[in-house]
Amino acid sequence: MSATGIGAAVRRKEDQRFITGTANYTSDISRPGEVRAWFVRSPHAHATIKKIDTKAAEKMPGVVAVLTGADLANDKIGGLICGWAITSKDGSPMKMGAHPAIAADKVRCVGDQVAVVLAETLNQARDAAEKVKVDYAVLPSVVDPAKATAKGAPQIHDVAPNNQIYDWHIGDKNATDAAFASAKHVTKLEIVNNRLVPNAIEPRAAIAEYDQGNDALTLWNTSQNPHVARLVISAFIGMAPEHKLRVIAPDVGGGFGSKIFIYPEEVVALWAARRVKRPVKWVSDRSEAFLTDAHGRDHVTHAELALDADGKITGLRVRTIANLGAYMSTFSSSVPTYLYATLLSGQYAIPNIYAEVEAVYTNTAPVDAYRGAGRPEATFVVERLVEVAARELGIDPAELRRKNFVKSFPHQTPVIMAYDAGDYDASLTKAMEMVDYRNFGKRKAESERKGKLRGIGFSTYIEACGIAPSQAVGSLGAGVGLWESAEVRVNPTGSVEILTGSHSHGQGHETTFAQLVSERLGVPIETVSVVHGDTDKVQFGMGTYGSRSGAVGMSAISKALDKIEDKAKKVAGYMMEASADDIEFKDGKFTVKGTDKSVGWGDVTLNAYVAHKFTGGQLEPGLKEGAFYDPTNFTFPAGCHIAEVEIDPETGKTTIANWVAVDDFGVIINPMIVEGQVHGGIAQGVGQALLEGASYNADGQLITGSFMDYAMPRAGDLPSFKVDTTMTKCPSNPLGIKGCGEAGAIASPAALINAITNAVGHENVPMPATPGTVWKAAQRAVMKKAAE
Amino acid sequence: MYAFTYERPKNVDEAVKLLKKAKDGKILAGGQTLLPAMKLRLASPDTIVDLSRVKGLSGIKASSKAVTIGALTKHIEVMGSAEVQKSIPALAHLASLIGDPAVRNRGTIGGSLANNDPSADYPAAALGLGATIKTNKRELPADKFFKGLFETALAGDEIIESVSFPVPEKAGYEKFPNPASRFALVGVFVSKSKDGVRVAVTGAGEGGVFRVKEMETALAKDFSAKAIEGIKVPAKNMIADIHGTAEYRAHLIGVMARRAVAAAK
Ligand SMILES: Cc1cc2nc3c(=O)[nH]c(=O)nc-3n(C[C@H](O)[C@H](O)[C@H](O)COP(=O)(O)OP(=O)(O)OC[C@H]3O[C@@H](n4cnc5c(N)ncnc54)[C@H](O)[C@@H]3O)c2cc1C
Repeated sequence: MSATGIGAAVRRKEDQRFITGTANYTSDISRPGEVRAWFVRSPHAHATIKKIDTKAAEKMPGVVAVLTGADLANDKIGGLICGWAITSKDGSPMKMGAHPAIAADKVRCVGDQVAVVLAETLNQARDAAEKVKVDYAVLPSVVDPAKATAKGAPQIHDVAPNNQIYDWHIGDKNATDAAFASAKHVTKLEIVNNRLVPNAIEPRAAIAEYDQGNDALTLWNTSQNPHVARLVISAFIGMAPEHKLRVIAPDVGGGFGSKIFIYPEEVVALWAARRVKRPVKWVSDRSEAFLTDAHGRDHVTHAELALDADGKITGLRVRTIANLGAYMSTFSSSVPTYLYATLLSGQYAIPNIYAEVEAVYTNTAPVDAYRGAGRPEATFVVERLVEVAARELGIDPAELRRKNFVKSFPHQTPVIMAYDAGDYDASLTKAMEMVDYRNFGKRKAESERKGKLRGIGFSTYIEACGIAPSQAVGSLGAGVGLWESAEVRVNPTGSVEILTGSHSHGQGHETTFAQLVSERLGVPIETVSVVHGDTDKVQFGMGTYGSRSGAVGMSAISKALDKIEDKAKKVAGYMMEASADDIEFKDGKFTVKGTDKSVGWGDVTLNAYVAHKFTGGQLEPGLKEGAFYDPTNFTFPAGCHIAEVEIDPETGKTTIANWVAVDDFGVIINPMIVEGQVHGGIAQGVGQALLEGASYNADGQLITGSFMDYAMPRAGDLPSFKVDTTMTKCPSNPLGIKGCGEAGAIASPAALINAITNAVGHENVPMPATPGTVWKAAQRAVMKKAAE
Repeated sequence: MYAFTYERPKNVDEAVKLLKKAKDGKILAGGQTLLPAMKLRLASPDTIVDLSRVKGLSGIKASSKAVTIGALTKHIEVMGSAEVQKSIPALAHLASLIGDPAVRNRGTIGGSLANNDPSADYPAAALGLGATIKTNKRELPADKFFKGLFETALAGDEIIESVSFPVPEKAGYEKFPNPASRFALVGVFVSKSKDGVRVAVTGAGEGGVFRVKEMETALAKDFSAKAIEGIKVPAKNMIADIHGTAEYRAHLIGVMARRAVAAAK
């Protein structure tokens, strides 16, 4: 292993600019003559718009324009769409309601945009926005997904009767029902997977500029996938032809999924910039971010597990209601279906699975993918069921898991996925050693002596990443292919530019991608730059989400590097008057096999461009190659997290005493970055389980609209994690990578709730397990003990 | 933020004049409460009177009887003061629990008391020690100062100059932080002095900071955690929100009070 190659814990190249304040985020960018945009947003969760009076606002100082949904419709700007088609059980297509970028006749959630004010300064825009008079007729609203389809519930979109978007299913119902009918034991759980606000540190932003001379638009935005944004804004919203629209996502401060989607504000910025012929800048403030960023999770689930007399799982039956909010966000439909129910087999050989998912509209912010997207929800269902089943049957939870693990590969589950490689026992065993499981009883007794409750909980999770073979996702309804692209440009002096369709917004691609190049070409990583996030510079690419940039994005780079190597060998052949087949390339040196004749990397790259030695006109000058890579399967990262907690029964405060994570991510490029991803993921999962929860009141007002009420995890809430890995190579990509970006957030909520319920001896502890919630549960435990 | 006139007077008299002249004038101390409210456009004063250049409003003076803290004294100064740590360690401890380092380096004791947030920490100390709040007009005992949620006895042009805390024999403060804001979900300040025992609760009451007389009586007889074990604070009039039910807050008062008594120094 070289000091900067695959497997080296290289410090992140990009951090210099991030930690010295010299990064370039969208809101750092200003364009000459720009105006600031501020949106007038609905204070009501559900209302018809009777009239909008913009006259007073237009007269305010500095105002350039006040635009409404009617103006947008007049200019024939299309609405936002969801790009993944889901078909209901009965064969009917999902019911997608219109989503105009500015509401025209009805608002469907608090924060829905009803007008935009453009002014010379932000403050002037805000002042004027307060003068826009909107006459609303308030309608009754519904925020609870479990109540959305009830008789008499307010109707949110006319196209979706009873607010039902789809009623979808997967698996074999009859076989599963039969398994339950003959089960020895059935474990049942009611689960609410709490709604989360993504809270990336950088709020969303957009700057749009219109070039009148070329009739072209440029958009700088906080996007995880600028090419997809361009495609959607062009093809579906009809803003401008694709070649007349440039989308640039510069440095982006975290996304966690929330910046995959196409949002109304960037559409409005583009349209408004062309209308007023001045650049338009919009920057979300934190309050707007809480209201308008697509939220995550929000499932209500009834789940059942069937077991035989030996503790073998014979069936799993799940019914989930998924809240998609007021509008269908870009990929919302896929999250509670193909990203969720297809993972319900967990790490287990379960012969029969049947899941039904009903997606509903409510008067809340749209819900879409958030770190893990569907897989945390699936893991929570499976890992809670297995843990509770073990408790009910009096079997050690590790033993019940072992008994049911998938042990031979490939393994076809009843819910589409074909697991390709893994060793689930290895990660479980290692994690149990690291947490010193054998002595848990001693530690529990010690806690009890201090008047504290102690509990331990497992989560042996699996996820599907990379998403995935384009043919497979296409057959499941995706409107796009999910491959990735790369171009490797070698300069005459030997430095290398990687143009990737992936996008880095915290993941460290500028380092890991350079490590791959350093490994393959033997060049120092300082001479490699990674170019991403600009549709004018980079070939079409699919962007970053679903832990795909290593497995898919780097595989594309690897493929392009193969071509570079081939070509460079030919160049070296001409230089040394040898056949390319006789050239060996190692550590940046080209040698004629069996001789001491060699040329270095820099000589070859220069020769590729001067082309002085290319006789016979066979070889093209230059050294630049591109590749598109489409995987042959999803990848299946898996592992085991164990959480150990101590609870103060008097206050209900949970302290995480121990956290062990053993993950199998396949081949690891940079262990330090991977560990960082695991830490961040666990922090987010702990956030979900202990602290976070978006809460709307019955009128659809977001109660948790700021950090004063929405509890984010802080360093002090977390222990020092013990993190390790096991390794089975991913067979479906050339690098053997599985992906690591979401695992922590997927595994951890179940581990933590399993530990808390173990401590309090009571299964009903909803997330977030706030002190007040845990106190109530702990009181029962204390009372039970007293009664004994 | 809306436009406003910014004033920076040199003394209290000038500040009062400016406040009187303004239609809706507001004093600016550390700005940790006022500025976020203005940024969110929830507060829209036409005049801001910044006290930062007024001399004599900052600093800590301690005698054997009392610790007197200037209104502009920052949380970080109270937390780090050797005199406070020696005379009323519970007060220094309380200051150390306020917000985060940024807040403690800007926020002031006068601002905190004037604001009277129902979940703020200092009101518990003022009431729990029987402090005297000195303004440009008068001296007000803590028992007469706090008037309910975000309400105090202060007049519009009245400025807190200092707060005087009598030195107790013993005092303790225990805070159970709100998981999101880290203000007090429940905070209990207890003190024992020759004038008697005081138990003041913040974070829980719908009407802001309040005293628990039943606990005070019991502790006057026997200043021990055991003495108040059986006392149940009723859930009536307790704050109930997503962070805790009224029952939970009422319960926490007992727990925090016992822990504060046990920790009292
Ligand atoms: C993130 C965050 C966390 C916090 N956490 C806590 C916490 O855990 N516990 C806690 O107790 N507090 C907390 N606070 C509040 C903090 O302690 C503030 O400092 C305090 O509430 C106000 O003090 P200030 O000096 O900043 O006042 P300012 O914001 O400047 O003023 C507040 C109000 O008091 C008035 N005022 C200020 N000084 C005087 C005076 N001398 N005379 C009369 N009126 C005056 C002002 O006009 C204004 O109405 C937190 C604040 C933030 C932003």
